[in-house]
Amino acid sequence: MASSSRRSSYSRKAQYGVFTGYVLAGIGALIGAILLGISLWRPASFEGARGVAQDTISPASESAAAARTNGKSLIDSISGYLAAGTQNAELRREVELARIRLKEAKALEQENARLKALLDLNENEVEAVAVSRLIGSSASSTRRFAYIGAGSDEGIEIGMPVRSPRGVVGRILETSSSTSRVLLLTDSQSVLPVRRADDEVVAFAEGRGDGLLQIRLINLGINPLNVGDVMVTSGTGGFYRPGIAVAIVTEIVSDGAVARVVSDPMATDFVSVEPIWQPVTVQTARQSPDEALGE
Amino acid sequence: MDQLNPHARRDEYGSRINRSHSPVLVYSIPYLTVIIGIIVPNLVLTSAVPLVPPLGFMMLLAWRIVRPGLFPIWIGFPLGMADDLFSGQPFGSAILLWSVAMIAIELVESRFPWRTYVQDWMNLSLVIAAYIFAAALISGSEIGYAILLAIIPQLLLSVLLFPIIARMVSRLDRLRLMRVKVIG
Repeated sequence: MASSSRRSSYSRKAQYGVFTGYVLAGIGALIGAILLGISLWRPASFEGARGVAQDTISPASESAAAARTNGKSLIDSISGYLAAGTQNAELRREVELARIRLKEAKALEQENARLKALLDLNENEVEAVAVSRLIGSSASSTRRFAYIGAGSDEGIEIGMPVRSPRGVVGRILETSSSTSRVLLLTDSQSVLPVRRADDEVVAFAEGRGDGLLQIRLINLGINPLNVGDVMVTSGTGGFYRPGIAVAIVTEIVSDGAVARVVSDPMATDFVSVEPIWQPVTVQTARQSPDEALGE
Repeated sequence: MDQLNPHARRDEYGSRINRSHSPVLVYSIPYLTVIIGIIVPNLVLTSAVPLVPPLGFMMLLAWRIVRPGLFPIWIGFPLGMADDLFSGQPFGSAILLWSVAMIAIELVESRFPWRTYVQDWMNLSLVIAAYIFAAALISGSEIGYAILLAIIPQLLLSVLLFPIIARMVSRLDRLRLMRVKVIG
């Protein structure tokens, strides 16, 4: 078994066969390199094919997601029982949620005060476009994508924010008819404008690719951040509604901090897709300056 | 008259009399198992770091080592294309890397025809490690020390898992060559 059983012999035909194999494989590699170049240059190319593939396996993904949720809750209740009964685990989760809610409420209160002072504006609760399970992820690639079981049929559009009851999960990157691809916060291409929940310290939360976020302060100077600070969305850019919890600072570095994501997608069952907060702002940002001036 | 040895008419694939391999099993099982290996990581939810080994690629390597010559050398193109649809990598990355890996293994194999189990494992571990690093480099993500550290657990897991997958594939190979078709 160890020896190659396909050593070409003195037969011309066999030798040509081996040679043709190498040539075909080389051509395959070349085509791969060209396709790779195209998709790195324009990441949205081949979106359709990927979408169809994801739609095809979505029944399997949905049942896997359901099994995962059930398995997780089973493990949760066993561990809760071992600790101090299932109720304990339930209560702890509720307190955790309440703590985040409190921070968010504080942020919202402050945001409201500021906006009302500026514009006399009234914020109202937004209605989710769709609620769905996370049905899969790019578990073996260094890119951090997740897939949800709702697509353009439910009215989902590219750019819409995805959140769980705890906080921001990511935003929609690609849609197909019944599934969508989500760019998670932890992906190294994800950048999200945030501010500290208690005051006006603004920063960018960038994914590092290893599950943590890098908080980069916009105003450099004395670093005002402390371990344990909660960062919430600031609403800049127009995609995310302000005041949703994003991350908790775990380590202070010279130009900002390293933070842990509040809403770990692994711990969430259902996520909701919200409409883009300020579609006009997003539209304007996408236009070229010439176009905007031409109107 | 002496009793005939009951195993004389059988081999590990079943009775040799009046039975033959099923062409459906022979041709479908390798491709199906690689496709399953491609899809399974997509169903797993890992948010923080890539932890699941590239199962499709490892299935392909395992078939390659258990049955050399079963897959043609250019198979990296079609199967890599299938992997690109599910892996989250930019389209074309698996086509390129799988094709290059198949050529590299072919060259190593024709250069060193006689190898031991450990040598095979070492070669393929190198191939898998190179594949994971190259895939990270061309994934379009910002490469920093954080990402390079983050892929080390996946790398170790893949190297350790490979002998198990190879053993699994040799079991599947026995299933593939089961003599189930009745002749006559």
